[in-house]
Amino acid sequence: MPISLITDMAAETLGDRVALGRSRDGLTHTALRRAALGGAGLVAASGHRSVAFVGVNGPVVAALLFASAYAGVPFTPLNYRLSAEALRVQLDRLDDPLVVTDAAFRGVVGDRRARPSEDWIADALAAPEHEPTAWDDDATAVVLFTSGTTSEPKRVLLRHANLLSYVLQTVEFASADPQDAILVSVPPYHIAGMGTILSNVYSGRRMVHLPAFAPGAWLDLVRAERITNAMLVPTMLSRLVDELGGAEAGTSSLRQLAYGGARMPRPVLEGALRAFPGVGFTNAYGLTETSSTIAVLGPDDHREALAATDPAAAARLASVGRPVPGVEIEVRGDGGRVLPAGEVGEVWVRGPQVSGEYVGLGSVLDEQGWFPTRDQGHLDAEGFLFVGGRSDDTIIRGGENIAPAEIEDQLVLHASVKDVAVVGLPDDEWGERLVAVVVPAAPIEDVDELTRWVKARVRGSRTPDEIRFADELPYNPTGKLLRRELRARLIAAGGES
Amino acid sequence: MILKPGGRYRSQVDPTEVVVVRPAKDDVDLTCGGVPMVGMAEPVTDGPALLPEHAEATTMGKRYTDGQVELLVTKAGAGALAVDGSRLVVKDAQPLPSSD
Repeated sequence: MPISLITDMAAETLGDRVALGRSRDGLTHTALRRAALGGAGLVAASGHRSVAFVGVNGPVVAALLFASAYAGVPFTPLNYRLSAEALRVQLDRLDDPLVVTDAAFRGVVGDRRARPSEDWIADALAAPEHEPTAWDDDATAVVLFTSGTTSEPKRVLLRHANLLSYVLQTVEFASADPQDAILVSVPPYHIAGMGTILSNVYSGRRMVHLPAFAPGAWLDLVRAERITNAMLVPTMLSRLVDELGGAEAGTSSLRQLAYGGARMPRPVLEGALRAFPGVGFTNAYGLTETSSTIAVLGPDDHREALAATDPAAAARLASVGRPVPGVEIEVRGDGGRVLPAGEVGEVWVRGPQVSGEYVGLGSVLDEQGWFPTRDQGHLDAEGFLFVGGRSDDTIIRGGENIAPAEIEDQLVLHASVKDVAVVGLPDDEWGERLVAVVVPAAPIEDVDELTRWVKARVRGSRTPDEIRFADELPYNPTGKLLRRELRARLIAAGGES
Repeated sequence: MILKPGGRYRSQVDPTEVVVVRPAKDDVDLTCGGVPMVGMAEPVTDGPALLPEHAEATTMGKRYTDGQVELLVTKAGAGALAVDGSRLVVKDAQPLPSSD
């Protein structure tokens, strides 16, 4: 069953409702389906075996996703922020793609012919409707490149069955109120960019796009379009909280705010809760390989954790919640032993939405269908999942495995610390030494005060060997800290801080 | 019939169409309005009509279940859905907060 079922059903039931764009002149569900069927005709007539998109997020991405589905070819939105050379390398790794680009990126696709994204929807609406052919149950819907923060980008393969299972299990059809609207500020090449199209078309929630996130523009658009829902990565939420400077956001239409994509620092979450009183917060945890969200900490969970006096219940404000329907989660230790609640190990996940498959590399699922997330974490007694960071980020100091997250979580609570990252640098004595890079919130005169702060809160061997200062830390646009880049920078700078 | 996840079936007696969300383990009889449903590519037999005792309208977009099998109604109809003679009921899904 292809994901185009989603637009088929929405067009049939919610035909005149606006699916994409402004309420007064956006694309209705009927028009979206028509554009997808016409677009599928353009894809089929081109003879290409896949579709690639280089551009910023907007209605055309949904039109291309569903056109590819009707045409029975995979769709790949690419990271338009990559260098021209890196983009060409990725295009070369796709299966004979039909390339659609924004005008701004036409130059980067090299000798390839590219169709302008600006004309795609109009062209698709004018093209004859494609007659979908026999359906292959195992067909690939989407191929996404991983961000490559810890290794070379891999091509994650998501089948129609994975994505459709995700939507059918987690979203109620046509459940959105007619006036609901979500503001999308994630880029199209992120798994959330795909998830948001599928979930919101299926629920009937209008999508409005803000391609280049800026706090002021985001607030203006929420007010102008009467936005009810939004999804942000932690770096965006942090910039919003800074922009508001302690004031309330004054966004009366906003009811639900989801965050995810990277770990949320506690002070940012607290600032956001103050800035958006009355808004329900949802923390979503998922990976590209799992077709987006696999666990959620919902608004009620947030409220209960905030009101809790029991420390275990209060701690859940830092958890990513519980598995969504159809998903199982377990934590495994050395040798694959399943760990009891409270013990930290690698997070494994299983369910029909989990792909765990890469183009050219095959599946990494184990024999029972479990996928290793490479995230470190633990479950609590009531099944709430806590994620501590990537296994690849683990620092080995004097034979001890140290998760940087544990130290970062403590340092960021210090009033003088605005942001912090802990990395391991080569060390003759310890193998790696712990270096904390601090972005100060206020001038810091006594550096030892920060060391003492950590020492009072974590095991002694986990106290930073060195603290350096920086004006900012390197993040990618989806809020992931670029540890490799930071580490390389520190090594290049040598021993001097 | 063996129900496969993602498999599509249609009614022979009304416009009902369903997609299998969760399949049964074994070979089952899937009926709508008391008459066997068929695969989307299979021909509809002339003649059978909706049995009055199996009339119960379904709703587009709702999932129906007997606790094991789960079907999504993609086109609504007037006939009740049943697996091996036991009627499927609307699944009361706990609404999840939207996460993307």
